[in-house]
Amino acid sequence: MTELKTTPAPTAERAAEPLPARNRWRMLRPWLPLVALALFALLPYSAISLPGVFDGPFNSPGTLQLLALCLVFGGLAAGYDLLFGRTGLLSFGHALYFAAGVYGADILITRVGLPLWSAALLALSGGAILAALIGAVALRTTGIAFAMVTLAFAQVGAVLVARDFYGLTGGEEGLPLDVSGVPEFFIGVANTVNLYWLALAYLVLVIFVVHRVSASPTGRVLAGLRDDERRVGVLGLDPYRFKLVAFTLAGTLAAAGGVVYMLLVGGASPHITSAELTLSLLVMVVLGGPGTRWGPVLGGMLYMYLDHRLTAFGTSSMVDALPSVLSRPLSEPLFVLGTIFILAVYFFPGGMASLADRLGPLRRLLPAKGDSTGSR
Amino acid sequence: MSTVLLLTLTGLGLAALYFLVASGLSLVFGLADVLNFAHGLFLSVGAYATWWASANLPGAGPEGFGFVLAVVFGVLAGAVVAILVELVMIRPLYSRTIEQVLVTVGLSLAGVALLQATWGADPRIFPRPEWTQKVTPVLGANIPNSMILLIVAAVAVLAALLAFLRYTRYGLVIRAGVENREMVTALGIDVRKAFTLVFAIGGAAAALAGALGGVYFGSVSPGQGSSLLIFAFIVVVIGGLGSVTGSAYAAVAVGLVQQFVNYYGTSGLGDICVVAMLAIVLLLRPQGIAGKAATA
Repeated sequence: MTELKTTPAPTAERAAEPLPARNRWRMLRPWLPLVALALFALLPYSAISLPGVFDGPFNSPGTLQLLALCLVFGGLAAGYDLLFGRTGLLSFGHALYFAAGVYGADILITRVGLPLWSAALLALSGGAILAALIGAVALRTTGIAFAMVTLAFAQVGAVLVARDFYGLTGGEEGLPLDVSGVPEFFIGVANTVNLYWLALAYLVLVIFVVHRVSASPTGRVLAGLRDDERRVGVLGLDPYRFKLVAFTLAGTLAAAGGVVYMLLVGGASPHITSAELTLSLLVMVVLGGPGTRWGPVLGGMLYMYLDHRLTAFGTSSMVDALPSVLSRPLSEPLFVLGTIFILAVYFFPGGMASLADRLGPLRRLLPAKGDSTGSR
Repeated sequence: MSTVLLLTLTGLGLAALYFLVASGLSLVFGLADVLNFAHGLFLSVGAYATWWASANLPGAGPEGFGFVLAVVFGVLAGAVVAILVELVMIRPLYSRTIEQVLVTVGLSLAGVALLQATWGADPRIFPRPEWTQKVTPVLGANIPNSMILLIVAAVAVLAALLAFLRYTRYGLVIRAGVENREMVTALGIDVRKAFTLVFAIGGAAAALAGALGGVYFGSVSPGQGSSLLIFAFIVVVIGGLGSVTGSAYAAVAVGLVQQFVNYYGTSGLGDICVVAMLAIVLLLRPQGIAGKAATA
């Protein structure tokens, strides 16, 4: 909750420097997200391959699938940041609402036989109601107790899924999606590109919602809750209600992400209900920069990418050539990510988003062309 | 009757495991305000160190005195890891609660992955003395000896902890620190030494839980600690943060409820009842059965 107090305020004298290159950059900067969006939207049309970065060219289903996963998790991290970075609520149960989306939609399509759209809508409202109910109980506590209560509720979700009541969830084996209820353009390897666009749309939606909320008066109250909850109370606003709004909204966004994820991987598996998913969301947000505009999105995408690619990296010949003391830990993605995370907490408390400020002194030493280092 | 007795005793065995993990967590949280996600790692370290020692440490083995030596080695390993974690990682971050939680989260992820990298993800057969694999008939119920061992060990740890807290100077400092840390510091006592001590005690207790849990389950795996940790958290919150006796009561309640409901109801219902218990306790009495307020 003291996260942002420590980040240094941008120095006024630096902003006032009348460099022409800087001015041009400032005019360009608001359009950068749109450029990135266009780039991502057009990516499936390019056959460029980046050896070492992706296995195949951009328009191959494998690469698109991985990119879509990154986009979904970028959106999830941005939604989680609405709680953690912008409201200062440390929830350890975010996996539950994601799982509600995944399993809710999957069960409604596969077991009940509903068409995709109504199943998605029902799963979404189910996730929202669940988040509102649990938030209503959990938000009576604050701080660490809140973290533990949300963790405990998420554990119930994990138990329910694992025990497979009435054979609904498929237990340990998960529940593969019955594709007969899904529109044709989402089925099959050849249609991965449509799922990719769906994931991109989800990410855009989350970014839009999160930015609109944080720019609104409600968002300012949320930021106030993060910085000093008592003060908000003294001003005559009810902290509980605002926190509940943020909690419900974040839960709903996570459920929406769950529906997209379920379509993307073609089913549900119990590991997404575990506390580890929430922990990795936390890692994504902190790595990216909590409470910043693009930090969580980038953190989520990078984490997902590394999580997938580090496995390949770990088995590569470069790592195998190292002595086993080094090569074995390096072949565990979580070891590498966990270590990076710990280092980030100590040395880059603002995450990747703060790198621009931290590299500022270095950048001033370089000629004006160094501007692009701070683009994130 | 014998079923009820068996369930009671297995429930108590489970409670013993929870208590060993929760007592350290509770003290660490009560004194230092650190929610230690890496506590499950201490448990795994204890289990793996015991497993390793019984095969490789001279004098140690799966039987008799050698087994005791292996367990002692495991407990020491857990304590040493806990002290290192406190000194190197937690100490620079005191009074920054969220960052501490984040660091322990990172540590639990990286530590479990490291264990997995070193000894593989599959469970390893745990060496256990012959007699722990047998059962003792008590009033017509066959009680596994490993369960009795767990209960005895937990009771011994509880007694030792209470005696330590009540009759020693450091115990006094810890008790006072849980009540009011600022006051203790103002009186000129270096409370940070007590932090390290509490981490060492917690690490040792968790490592003991790992070693004896290994005897009970018959195997060790890297993820064992984290699955126990969630219930240990629940025990800590129900019992009241910072209270050892509260943790003991809560552990017994949680262990018994889990066993009985899982047996008489559907499997898995017990876990849900435990969470319901947590919700009720938090709503009615946010500070837990005993101890300082959990809402802060």
